[in-house]
Amino acid sequence: MSLLSVDGLVARHGLLEAVCGVQFRLEAGETLAIVGANGAGKTTLLRAIAGAHPIAAGTVSFRGEDVTALPAHRRTAAGLALVPEGRRLFGQMTVEENLMLGRFAGRTGSWTVERVMDAFPNLKERRRAKCSHLSGGEQQATAIGRALMTNPELLILDEVSLGLSPLIVDRVYEQIDGLVREGTTIILVEQNLSRALEVASNVICMLEGQIVLAGAAGTLSRDDVTNAYFGLGRVRAHGGTP
Amino acid sequence: MTPTGASPIAVSALDARSITRWTLASRIAVAVALPLVVAIAFGPAYLSANVIDKLTTLFIYILLAVTWNALAGYGGLISIGQQGFFGLGAYATVRLADAGLTPYPALFVGAGLIALFAYLISFPMLRLRNGELGIGLWVLAELMHLIVNLDSLVQGETGTSLIALNAFSIEARRAYTYWAALGAVAGLIILLFILLRGPVGTAIQAIRDNEEAAASVGVRVKSTRRLIFVVASLGAALAGALWLASATTFQPKAYFGVQWTAYMIFMVLVGGLGTFEGAIVGAVIFFLIEAWFGAFGVWYLIGLGTTALVFALFVPKGLWGLISSKFDLQLLPLGYRVALPSLGRSNR
Amino acid sequence: MIWLNQILQGTLLGGYYALIACGLSFMYSVMRIINLAHGSLAVAAAYALFVLSDTYELNPFVALVIVLPVMALVGVALQRLVLERAKRGGTLVPVLATFGLAIVLDNALFQLFGADTRSLAPYIDELSYASWQIGDGLFVGELAVMTFATAVVMLGGLQLILSRTQVGRAIRATSEDPDTVGLIGIDGRRINAIAAAIAMVTVGIAGFFLALRATFDPYAGAPQLIFAFEAAVIGGAGSLWGTLVGGIVLGVAQSIGAQISSQGFLIGGHAVFLAVLLVRLSGPLGTLTAIRLVFRRSRK
Repeated sequence: MSLLSVDGLVARHGLLEAVCGVQFRLEAGETLAIVGANGAGKTTLLRAIAGAHPIAAGTVSFRGEDVTALPAHRRTAAGLALVPEGRRLFGQMTVEENLMLGRFAGRTGSWTVERVMDAFPNLKERRRAKCSHLSGGEQQATAIGRALMTNPELLILDEVSLGLSPLIVDRVYEQIDGLVREGTTIILVEQNLSRALEVASNVICMLEGQIVLAGAAGTLSRDDVTNAYFGLGRVRAHGGTP
Repeated sequence: MTPTGASPIAVSALDARSITRWTLASRIAVAVALPLVVAIAFGPAYLSANVIDKLTTLFIYILLAVTWNALAGYGGLISIGQQGFFGLGAYATVRLADAGLTPYPALFVGAGLIALFAYLISFPMLRLRNGELGIGLWVLAELMHLIVNLDSLVQGETGTSLIALNAFSIEARRAYTYWAALGAVAGLIILLFILLRGPVGTAIQAIRDNEEAAASVGVRVKSTRRLIFVVASLGAALAGALWLASATTFQPKAYFGVQWTAYMIFMVLVGGLGTFEGAIVGAVIFFLIEAWFGAFGVWYLIGLGTTALVFALFVPKGLWGLISSKFDLQLLPLGYRVALPSLGRSNR
Repeated sequence: MIWLNQILQGTLLGGYYALIACGLSFMYSVMRIINLAHGSLAVAAAYALFVLSDTYELNPFVALVIVLPVMALVGVALQRLVLERAKRGGTLVPVLATFGLAIVLDNALFQLFGADTRSLAPYIDELSYASWQIGDGLFVGELAVMTFATAVVMLGGLQLILSRTQVGRAIRATSEDPDTVGLIGIDGRRINAIAAAIAMVTVGIAGFFLALRATFDPYAGAPQLIFAFEAAVIGGAGSLWGTLVGGIVLGVAQSIGAQISSQGFLIGGHAVFLAVLLVRLSGPLGTLTAIRLVFRRSRK
């Protein structure tokens, strides 16, 4: 049984079909990178999986249970946590308060405020600072920590490196590596191809709402991914229709 | 190589489309409305006294509905304090008549003065938004009520009456009041219509869609809102003055009561927020409901409140919204319509 | 001495205004909704307390213990049936819907109880008139002091709930970003229902003191709403301790107004409210600019 299976998923923004019939499976312990150009539908796909965007058609199953109709908070309670694009922290609340909110999911596990502080030492000093006063790296660490506080089985990270300096991105990825080694299942959306291929065990490339390439990270060459990314492999994927 | 197959069709459709304001329905509506207004104007010549009085009341309701709709539906401004301008309009008339002005001109001069007052207070008040503005104007209306009560001419809640009306015979008074009400409602609708079709209307559309974006492209949000507010307050003041002319007595409590705004909200919500047709339909419905159920007293008011609540929650576009979206009907051509010949249907 | 007494009595009266404003302010800061049925709900609670005390001969304080949980349920129902739906319709709909609700409530109370004014004062024995002497010719009513103390405790309690409890944190998070709370396992709908329940409990307490300290009738809701709104705005909408300051300013303005003229009680309060609005919104400089602008334009 797969940890997550997505079947024929369709999600819309008004009339625009942002995700058109996406299908994939994810096994426990895998790290899946979703790559694709801006507007390819990656964020909408993640939000639809997490329950933050309405699903127009198709199903999402988590641990063998159909969660398509569940609201976001029930999916989080089931062990599925999304770190949203743009972090979406509660800016008027402190780092510690943001972290403690994760307990609402009602899941038991090893994550505590202290453990998040250990994982992201840059937060220790800022524990009582309002999130709106944090640097980008500190905010990203808080957002990841907040999701970890729900003790997820599947952690979904949307563009965690967006707007961060390369040095901070390195630090964030060190932490993600650590999570991967501990066996946390992760889906991440990443603009930086080499980073995505480095950390992931599997890769999906999206174009215009569809999966145009999928496979184990080791079996795909950088060129394959680049071609799919820019739609150069599209003729093949669409069977020749212009 | 063309990027997508649909594009050439879209381009040809663009070339063939035409932009119109008038539709067949709206042409017919205006063609019918003009002779109708003329026929109504000669009403006192052939209608019974009772009908004339009823129609005068209806005109005042339409005036209230149309102006509150302009305020909320077009200006996005909620006021729970229009009874303040209603009461002040009546009070100004009493004062001007006491100073020797003939009552009928006094109605309009008084309302004009109140509009000036509305302009002045709009500077602080319109900085409030939504519910805050609503109650803020309510407080203002309460304050005006209390201050008017201090005037020795009014004698507190005992009130006074527009004695100067005694100079006219009952028949003449009835006809003059009727014409004044008809003139006021027609004049105000035409004024709003011209405003909303011109640059102000375009600005209002833009503000309604996205205030910040409108401001960023140079739409003068504040002055546009202010203009709507002043015109709406003028309408409420006229309505109050006309109510005084038909009732002759001025008891502050009856004029400054919040129920006037409740009636306005009811009419606009039931008819349809944001359209002229809706406001007029709402006024007619309210007029009929009052005629049929007004005798039920408290139950009638409970019914009004429940209806307003249900419409706000479940039919936010009101009855006219239901009708117009079902039949794609617009009688007063305010917006622009794009006619796509290939589709045979048009959108606003 | 008369003025000192007016200020003292006005301050204590401010405690009541803070009580009634507290729920309005809380709902506004947490849910961004101005509930125009606020005053009417407080009056409805007062009637419920009156019925329990009068018909069922309960001590009003015992009646309060029964009414408060009911008010919490009323809050949940209000949120689920009216506010939640209204908020989806934009910014105008909540104002219109709650105004409609206020009209229904007021007239339903009139239908049930008639026009007679009521009070709980006869059911609390000497508490309604007992007072302490605190100086030469200065007396403070025990009930007034109790009202003020309750306001302080209630505002402090709300502050504690919001800052120290898990539910309070969830309420703050939901008010800041209702779309994101679901992603960390918080049921935003449930949290809003809890917040509405808390707000209605404070409305129940305000209704209790309204009934103890004075008389009320079915249409007393509108003035209560206006007083609550004035206190909340003077104190800075959305700030809890500001509400207490706003209540005191309002109460003192009314007491001083009453000393000046028989109609001065209400005029004083409204005038201070509008003056604060004028200065707060435009700033002292902005007010001058606005006045200058008006004069310059009218000369043109």
